[in-house]
Amino acid sequence: MNRQVSATLSGQLRLQLKGITKQYPGCLANDKVDLEIGAGEIHALLGENGAGKSTLMKMIYGVTKPDAGEILWQGSVVEIKDPSMARKMGIGMVFQHFSLFETLTVTENIALALGDDAGDLQQLGRKISTVSKQYGMELNPDRHIHSLSVGERQRVEIVRCLVQDIKLLILDEPTSVLTPQEVETLFVTLRQLSADGCSILFISHKLKEVQALCHNATILRGGKVTGDCVPAEAGATKMAQLMVGSDTPISSNYPKATGTEVFLAVENLTNSSEDPFGTSLKKVNFSVRRGEILGIAGVAGNGQEELLAALSGEHLLDSSDPVKFSGRGVGLLDPRQRRELGLAFVPEERLGRGAVPEMSLVDNTLLTGFLQGLVNFGFINQGKTEQFSQKIIDDYKVKTPNNRTAAQSLSGGNLQKFIIGREILQNPQLLVAAHPTWGVDIGAATAIHKALIELRDKGAAILVVSEDIDELFLISDRLCAICDGEISPAKATLDTSIEEVGRWMTGVFEQIEPTAAQHVDEMLNTSSIN
Amino acid sequence: MFIKLEPRGEASRSMSYLSPLLAGLLTLVSGGIFFAFLGHDPIEALRIFLIAPVEDLYGFGELCVKAAPIMLCAIGLAVAFKAQVWNIGAEGQLLMGGLLASAVALQLMDVESFWALPLVLLSGMLGGGLWGLLAAWLRTRFNANEILTTIMFNYIALYLLLYFVHGSFKDPDGYGFPASAMFGDSSLLPILLEDTRMHIGILFALLAVVVIWVMLSRSFIGFQIKVLGLDSNAAKLAGFKHKRLVAVVMIISGALAGLAGAGEVAGPIGQLIPSISPGYGYAAIIVAFLGRLHPVGIFFASMLMALIYLGGELAQIELNLPLAVTSLFQGMLLFYLLACDVFINFKIKFNRPQISATLENS
Repeated sequence: MNRQVSATLSGQLRLQLKGITKQYPGCLANDKVDLEIGAGEIHALLGENGAGKSTLMKMIYGVTKPDAGEILWQGSVVEIKDPSMARKMGIGMVFQHFSLFETLTVTENIALALGDDAGDLQQLGRKISTVSKQYGMELNPDRHIHSLSVGERQRVEIVRCLVQDIKLLILDEPTSVLTPQEVETLFVTLRQLSADGCSILFISHKLKEVQALCHNATILRGGKVTGDCVPAEAGATKMAQLMVGSDTPISSNYPKATGTEVFLAVENLTNSSEDPFGTSLKKVNFSVRRGEILGIAGVAGNGQEELLAALSGEHLLDSSDPVKFSGRGVGLLDPRQRRELGLAFVPEERLGRGAVPEMSLVDNTLLTGFLQGLVNFGFINQGKTEQFSQKIIDDYKVKTPNNRTAAQSLSGGNLQKFIIGREILQNPQLLVAAHPTWGVDIGAATAIHKALIELRDKGAAILVVSEDIDELFLISDRLCAICDGEISPAKATLDTSIEEVGRWMTGVFEQIEPTAAQHVDEMLNTSSIN
Repeated sequence: MFIKLEPRGEASRSMSYLSPLLAGLLTLVSGGIFFAFLGHDPIEALRIFLIAPVEDLYGFGELCVKAAPIMLCAIGLAVAFKAQVWNIGAEGQLLMGGLLASAVALQLMDVESFWALPLVLLSGMLGGGLWGLLAAWLRTRFNANEILTTIMFNYIALYLLLYFVHGSFKDPDGYGFPASAMFGDSSLLPILLEDTRMHIGILFALLAVVVIWVMLSRSFIGFQIKVLGLDSNAAKLAGFKHKRLVAVVMIISGALAGLAGAGEVAGPIGQLIPSISPGYGYAAIIVAFLGRLHPVGIFFASMLMALIYLGGELAQIELNLPLAVTSLFQGMLLFYLLACDVFINFKIKFNRPQISATLENS
């Protein structure tokens, strides 16, 4: 890697930012930021949510304009007027929140982004297939976006940039939805791009990845550059401290627990997906005990959404038995009835499912908290609802001007802390969390992990479905993986390895028979199953 | 493409409230120009159109007579629109309300009971509510688009009404005219102000505005309706029952439109005739949006719309203009409102070809 650095640094600078300053009302988002990226360099931009990374990227991509400072593109000063100009210059960007039209196909979406350069759709479709295969991110160009998982949608966004003639690729938290194997493939892709002379601006909170991939790093905190370093040489701790300041705890090891009696039992759950492109669940068996966290690993689109919908009650089953809460079949109960039995749920989409974007935090508290005595005789108890929302904000350190702020104006990490807090403060018996820390900064992720562990220690059963395998190893007590609608047997986290879980994720495991599953549960359990 | 609309990102909140006022102002200016082209003094014509109708107490009474059905329909529509249920069928629901109310009133011709009027009004609400529920059921059961079904139901309702008014409801002593007998006194809405036609229907309308306001801002069902409209996935995850909510909003908006219809036949008309509404149900759609789906806004927008109806009638008498001038003003108002909204939410961009030219040089 260092070989490449020296090769590129001797070359021409692709992008240079000089003293970029951006003032928003009440917030100095960027304060005299300097940044240099050479041709073919992979440059990391590190920082917490709210550090000003997004603002900086938006200015490079022409979404907003700096108040002061200069942007130099290949040595000459430019004013990037809008994203289409940025694209024409050869700058591609993959946002953390995807901008895709759900009802259109992959090809149509990419054609829209390319505008007049798209040309013939069939030809473009073939190009998409070729490019995606070439970079190991296989995509069917004719699929509709609404039928794709988050991971697959990201591939569309990356491929959208790659089908153009690209000189600088900006990636905002790209690895958060990928499996370890996929991350490796992505890195191969990115190194290949870099070797071809394309510069890459890589935004991530995962220091390990930055160390593995990036030649240089610029670290932002509170809108200011706090340091530049070569990640491979600088220690992770040093980089983390530059990011979050010295007073924030960054990493922890959590003691593992074994749990008590089974709360959630999924037995022989077979469910054909309503979505023609979805994944049907095939004889899924697992259980989660009170006082333990079960992690389900897996690549996006392998049946997680279907499983989660069957657990939340969004998709009702044909019979009540396949999903049981504390021995009681709940397959025919709707989400509200399941909540009454102690379910809390953190969905994959924060905005648009977990929270209503346009509504205030108070209203979003009511969204799932209505069973907590916030409604009297059909009328909303405004005072109590506000108190509850304030308690969530205080207890979970949600950074927001006040509880009247709309959910959509919170950063991803803060909104996730709010949603997790809202669910946990309802004292659930079972918490199902999908991708709880996707795209969330280290500080918020640590807070969320701590909250989950605390809830576990209070005796709740917790199911975490995540594509972040490091996270699952960090917080889960037992682990299993989902692949093509089938679930691997669960193993205690301490008795397994990333390699083994990685194999499960590709479908290499013995499908357990239901009787065997119950047998395993009985063996693991001293107390009886109700 | 040479002209592009680009989203402005965050739309200004104050502008979104100003937009109806701006639309009203532009309508006035255009109306003035329109009158001038027809050879009238624009100021005088606008005075006749907008001020003369309400210069006396009788005129004010007429304003309330017209505003009541519009307000009832519009506040009901606002509930449905909040849930993103696009009920375009207030007109048909109003007609069905009028029809069922008439059916009951004709049975109570000689009854001298206090309960006659409530019964008539409730049947009106029932007629409109069921007519709305039918569209809700088609949507939730068969996924039939409610915009299309409610529009079609408007015509079905109209022809049902015509069938009865030409058939079994026709007054046997009415010399063959297509109209029912005049209703009995106990079935008629009492007059509020002497020497005007202003009846208690306006009080029902104001009550409906207040009740819906409370419902939308304070009740849990109102909250569920808003969540359903803003984010149906969140509503589903929270366990709000989609089908039930669609049915509820369609019943509410249908019942209020039905009440408006009952108020017409049991109010200023006093019998069932072929044309009980000059398009109140359609005007209410404009009113609901002009009022920004907010009860207070709908109150003022209803008054304005009623004034346009009155002004159209007066312009017909004093300026010899066709009654179509009413529709013209309604149309302009909606057009300008939508146009203003577009400019609030989007900015116009003209494609400048020189950008790509400079890039190729760099």
